[in-house]
Amino acid sequence: MNPELQGRVFSPAPAYLVGREKVREFARAVYSTSPLNYDPAVASAAGYSDVVAPPTFAVVVQEATLAQLLAEPDAGIDFSRVVHGEQRFSYTRPIVAGDELTATLAVTSIKSLGGHAMVTAESSIVDATGAHVVTAISTLVVRGEE
Amino acid sequence: MRVGDVISERAFEVSRDTLVRYAGGSGDFNPIHYRDDVAVSVGLPGVLAHGMLTMGLAVQPVVDWLGDRGWVSDYQVRFTRPVLVDAADGATVTVVAKVGVVDEGTARIDLTVMFGGETVLGKAQVRVTFV
Repeated sequence: MNPELQGRVFSPAPAYLVGREKVREFARAVYSTSPLNYDPAVASAAGYSDVVAPPTFAVVVQEATLAQLLAEPDAGIDFSRVVHGEQRFSYTRPIVAGDELTATLAVTSIKSLGGHAMVTAESSIVDATGAHVVTAISTLVVRGEE
Repeated sequence: MRVGDVISERAFEVSRDTLVRYAGGSGDFNPIHYRDDVAVSVGLPGVLAHGMLTMGLAVQPVVDWLGDRGWVSDYQVRFTRPVLVDAADGATVTVVAKVGVVDEGTARIDLTVMFGGETVLGKAQVRVTFV
């Protein structure tokens, strides 16, 4: 893996419009039983403008930025050797249906560890007004050649 | 609410069907999550659950406990062991959610997430913010 990737900031990924049915589909997929994820009336009564996305929904928005990283010509990341090591989501507010979100990736750390490489990538996700919503942080382990 | 209180304990039945559902819901179509032949070809014992599915379901007991009293403001995990999902029998993932830290207006809930007698998520911590 190319150590010069550390510190690189990528172009923002295309905006992602959060759909109500996508939120519901994702919520069902993670076994959510929270009415806030499904029922706009319940979400509205709790002060949200539409159904609320589950806490890990940001991965759907982050995905396009990780694809940018893996496709970066000089990154030298072999996708078949990538293992997900750590994941974190730090929210300023929950994602709700109707949000138009833009994610921008930065590579914050690259480390070598016994033949493996560890890359930490932070995707900062903002809404249509430019206000921060969530930062999704992934640490990927790229296994060395056997 | 006191440090050490268990707020929820739950078991989740994961099957190949639910892996396909998560693949569609999340857009993660890596074939190691639905094809045994591909999983074996890259040195895995068989089809694995998406790490992000395990992370996603493990926080649900906290979401249900919280209801509309607050929201999850931070959530982190380390993926320590894979969840192998048998084609016929599936896999059972258990979650115990315990109060780790109580602060002004927030709390940290610590998750113990197990499969087959072993922990599959390390340092699984949920920060909840009360409204």
